[in-house]
Amino acid sequence: MATVDLNDVRKVYAGGFEAVKGVSIAIPDKALCVLVGPSGCGKSTLLRMIAGLETISSGTISIDGKVVNNIGPTDRDIAMVFQNYALYPHMSVYDNMAYGLRNRGTPKPEIDSRVRATAKTLELDQLLDRKPRQLSGGQRQRVAMGRAIVRNPKVFLFDEPLSNLDAKLRGQMRVEIKNLQRNLGVTSVYVTHDQLEAMTLADMLVVMNAGVIEQIGAPMDVYEKPASTFVAAFIGAPPMNLMALTHGADGTATVAGGAKIAGHVPEQAAILGLRPEDAIVPAPDATQKGALSLPVAVEAVEPVGMESFLHCAIAGERIVVRVPGRSMVQPGDRLEIAAGLDRLHFFDKDGRRV
Amino acid sequence: MARASDRKVASGFRKDPVLQQKSPKTPASGHDKLMIGQSSAGIWLAHAILILGVVIVAFPIYYTFVASTHSLQTILRPPLPLLPGPEFWTNYSQALTGGGTRIGGVGVVTLLVNTTVMALGIAIGKIVISILSAYAIVFFRFPFRMTFFWVIFITLMLPVEVRILPTYKVMVDLGLIDTYAGLIVPLIASATATLLFRQFFMTIPGELVEAARVDGAGPWRFFFDILLPLSRTNIAALFVILFIYGWTQYLWPLLVTNSNDMNTIVIALRKMISFADADTQWHLVMVTSILAIIPPIVVVVAMQRWFVKGLVESEK
Repeated sequence: MATVDLNDVRKVYAGGFEAVKGVSIAIPDKALCVLVGPSGCGKSTLLRMIAGLETISSGTISIDGKVVNNIGPTDRDIAMVFQNYALYPHMSVYDNMAYGLRNRGTPKPEIDSRVRATAKTLELDQLLDRKPRQLSGGQRQRVAMGRAIVRNPKVFLFDEPLSNLDAKLRGQMRVEIKNLQRNLGVTSVYVTHDQLEAMTLADMLVVMNAGVIEQIGAPMDVYEKPASTFVAAFIGAPPMNLMALTHGADGTATVAGGAKIAGHVPEQAAILGLRPEDAIVPAPDATQKGALSLPVAVEAVEPVGMESFLHCAIAGERIVVRVPGRSMVQPGDRLEIAAGLDRLHFFDKDGRRV
Repeated sequence: MARASDRKVASGFRKDPVLQQKSPKTPASGHDKLMIGQSSAGIWLAHAILILGVVIVAFPIYYTFVASTHSLQTILRPPLPLLPGPEFWTNYSQALTGGGTRIGGVGVVTLLVNTTVMALGIAIGKIVISILSAYAIVFFRFPFRMTFFWVIFITLMLPVEVRILPTYKVMVDLGLIDTYAGLIVPLIASATATLLFRQFFMTIPGELVEAARVDGAGPWRFFFDILLPLSRTNIAALFVILFIYGWTQYLWPLLVTNSNDMNTIVIALRKMISFADADTQWHLVMVTSILAIIPPIVVVVAMQRWFVKGLVESEK
């Protein structure tokens, strides 16, 4: 039960490469904070710095109000779940879970009761004598979690723990991790590059890019009000459509193909963003058109099942539009797509939201 | 020996290596069953070649054994019988209890003890030193790390024979002539073993090291709790190789031991033969040879089970 505070944390490697460029995050008690970003954005480095596996070049990291910069990973009272599980291959499940407690000199009966209790919660109690190689991927994942839980640490750190599982198991484990974290009420930091995982797990979403934080917020807030074009393109699948916006002399704003936007557009706006699901394909006879109406040519149709994605083109720009269910549209068709003013996102020429 | 080669053939012809991996303890008979119905010509040919190989390797040893059970007269009369003779007990008890007057009054037992101490000392010493230096080089960041690595690497070019004179001088100055330390220490540093452990340690994922750190294991704990158990098959393999290397050392023990008490069995054998002004006691030479072969065979046979285990278990 602890807060985790990062204050202007930097990581500069020996070669001069700056992996993390001044990051400040305040993670409240019991929250699950997800660090998300493309590979190389510094999210794993940041996590490893919280764990104490990487040194901190400048800034401070505190756990529960105490600065831990110069404290080793052993004494930070954290537990980490690794991408490849990092189970000790020669030890049984029981010993894997008990190892950390033994090293801390926990009395034997207590170790035994804690390991068995944790194994029960994770449904590992039948597997305690097995070696890691005799377990399936999902079971290994559970053992890795068990090893973290049994220690009852202040903070859990997850380093892309689900990336080695198949899609179905990943969905299942995602729910389990979320429930477990909520039930145990342990502050957690979770690193992933998968925006779906980030959206579903996070209490607090931190989007990182090239060593800096692009946005911090609740997942749905980040989704609905992306702070930058990077976040807009990163969160959401398929990503938000981004189009160049030009302001005419008469004060009207136009996008590709000369379509005008009806309504107020901020002065600085240079980029227009539109989520695939916010673009509607109105009935041909509809009288009510949105603030924006674009005549597009359909290039490809991707039926996913419950929805279909139309890949469209207009004057050199590409737009993806989501339509529910099965689509009757064929590649080569011409369509009019529309969107309401409140569904449009505007960004300035640097990609910042306006 | 025959059983081991059977197993090899069987696994070569097996179609499901996965199944074999899962049942390391299947007895040889299980493998034989699986061979039923497979191309018999191929199996006969493979067996013929294997048997030929075994005969070529084993016959001289068998012949030595045969010679060790005959009297000196029988051995010296040209056609040596192909079957063991009646002198087994006489010859062996003579060799073991002090018939070895010819090698300075030292019994074979003393020689075996000397050789065992030397071989064990070299094998264990080499393993301990090389595993520790490999541990330092792979898992620790310290100044001149790579320099140390290359210095160790370069010693590959300096086997005992090349540095024999200075090494001998050092041993004399240290007063280590005719001591076990003098026999063992100069042979104990090993670049080969260090490299072998280094290569193995490099395959250990960094995450495992980090997991151990988070779990509160310091460098020693990590070494003893995780690294050592994971290296045990490598250690077993190296032990066998190094034990035999130590057992068969000739040049260095010849130089560094003067007293007959400190001779190794290989040196003693040589001395038994080269005694110029008397007949060579060939029956005792043969007995000593057989006795000299037994300990390495025991080590190989005992460790073979570890080899198989190491091949079957793919941990990590």
